Amino acid sequence: MRDNLVEIRGLHFAYGNRPILKGIDLTARRGQVIAIMGSSGCGKTTLLRLIGGSVRPTQGSVEVDGQSLTGLDQDGLYRLRRRMGMLFQFGALFTDMSVFDNVAFQLREHTNLPEPMIRDLVLMKLNAVGLRGAHGLMPAELSGGMARRVALARAIALDPMLIMYDEPFAGLDPISLGVTGNLIRRLTDTLGLTSIVVTHDVQESLKMVDYVYFISDGVVEARGTAAEIKSSGLPFVHQFVHGEEDGPVPFHYPAEPYGVDLGLNHA
Amino acid sequence: MLDGVRKLGQHSIDGVWRLGVAMRLFALTLLHSGICLRRPQLVMREIFTAGVLSLIIIVVSGLFVGMVLGLQGYETLQKYGSESALGSLVALSLVRELGPVLAALLFASRAGSAITAEIGLMKATEQIAAMEMMAVDPIARVVAPRFWGALISMPLLAAMFSAMGIMGGYLVGVVLIGVDEGSFWSQMQAAVDFRQDILNGVIKSGVFGVAVTGIALFEGYDAPPTAEGVSRATTRTVVTSSLAILALDFVLTAFMFRGA
Ligand SMILES: Nc1ncnc2c1ncn2[C@@H]1O[C@H](COP(=O)(O)OP(=O)(O)OP(=O)(O)O)[C@@H](O)[C@H]1O
Ligand SMILES: [Mg+2]
Repeated sequence: MRDNLVEIRGLHFAYGNRPILKGIDLTARRGQVIAIMGSSGCGKTTLLRLIGGSVRPTQGSVEVDGQSLTGLDQDGLYRLRRRMGMLFQFGALFTDMSVFDNVAFQLREHTNLPEPMIRDLVLMKLNAVGLRGAHGLMPAELSGGMARRVALARAIALDPMLIMYDEPFAGLDPISLGVTGNLIRRLTDTLGLTSIVVTHDVQESLKMVDYVYFISDGVVEARGTAAEIKSSGLPFVHQFVHGEEDGPVPFHYPAEPYGVDLGLNHA
Repeated sequence: MLDGVRKLGQHSIDGVWRLGVAMRLFALTLLHSGICLRRPQLVMREIFTAGVLSLIIIVVSGLFVGMVLGLQGYETLQKYGSESALGSLVALSLVRELGPVLAALLFASRAGSAITAEIGLMKATEQIAAMEMMAVDPIARVVAPRFWGALISMPLLAAMFSAMGIMGGYLVGVVLIGVDEGSFWSQMQAAVDFRQDILNGVIKSGVFGVAVTGIALFEGYDAPPTAEGVSRATTRTVVTSSLAILALDFVLTAFMFRGA
């Protein structure tokens, strides 16, 4: 068994002719929680989609569990995906099914388990995210944070080897934030998973991740363990970790000089 | 001028492109239909949402259309002293034309738009993407059962519409106006041919069913994943499938009832 579950080498990706990723190298070791950080729109979600195989790289390679995604046909990809879970930013629960049926979805689609066993498994997974009592609710009756936890239970239903989280902390109150962070760490350790977390929440994620990648302008700008990142002297990382408004990452979208836009002086 | 030509060209290319995408989806749907045999309860559910839930509007409209037919038919027929032919007039118009066509139009606005909206929203809220990430093919799991469910419902709804229409015609013609009951039914029985009329009506509604559900599924699957995109796609489903129904009806009628 290899040490690295995910290996990305020289990855390039473009939407049409607009390059988004320009040469990413990234590895996720088994059993680790990896964080991917970077400013909005730098291509973090895109990177997760590349690892999940829903878009293909224009150049470079993505390997998951020793299998190169570029050479896989749909059957091979689907076989691999049964062992991956993805947590979408807003949960993406099936709105026409109850919480229970959402979590049971993959069990029913991919296994022939008898219904009593499915029931036990679903309740176990829901228990792991603290929502066993909510199994009869419909997704519309859940708060955003609860919906995401249900989605997490759904993602771990088949005991995957890898889970990808797209901004699991966005829009959570401080308590749910801590709860979710601990949950990710705990699930990773107890189930022997590997987790890749895309997040903006530096403080919360630095508490629980093993390794951090900073992406900026399509390349890995900085990387390191949580401790290394905290004490990093790189201006970019410093700005991000301490949430400073101006630095290498500008606050303003490129624009005409302010005065010109307001018509005060003419260029 | 040149700009206009270019726009026209762009529109034609877009149109052909969309047609190609639609045909591809249609072919994939047929290819992935095996799941409907393996798990019939998936289709059953769609027959319920598309078919059973459309019953009310079909029954009520059928009844009213039949009643109007009874009134108008009697008005015209009695001028020639042949009001006993009322039964065959009502039955033939319903079974051949009005049943399949009106049921399909109602079906397009009731069930077709719902299918488009549902699939479009599933896309907009990333449910389709989530399903793909869970290694479940949404064309097999979501599209194919809806296609077959709606397709099975369509001829049944059309038959229901015709039956209710005949009841309506009977109510107005026989019960209200007083046309002779015996001749109403016997003329109907003599005039309606099983192959020529009923079977052709069923074929018509089958073709309409393919058109409506095909358009509804494609529009939903192709909708831009935004609120505006979904609402526009829903409107397009109703407009496009209504036009398709009427155009197809002309073509089918021309083939089926020529010189009959
Ligand atoms: N389907 C698409 N077609 C074209 N461009 C896209 C598409 N999806 C995303 N983009 C563009 O790619 C860039 C990266 O998008 P992505 O969603 O990966 O960013 P992100 O890092 O996840 O941002 P955020 O932190 O705001 O979620 C964005 O500039 C976006 O405009
Ligand atoms: Mg994103």
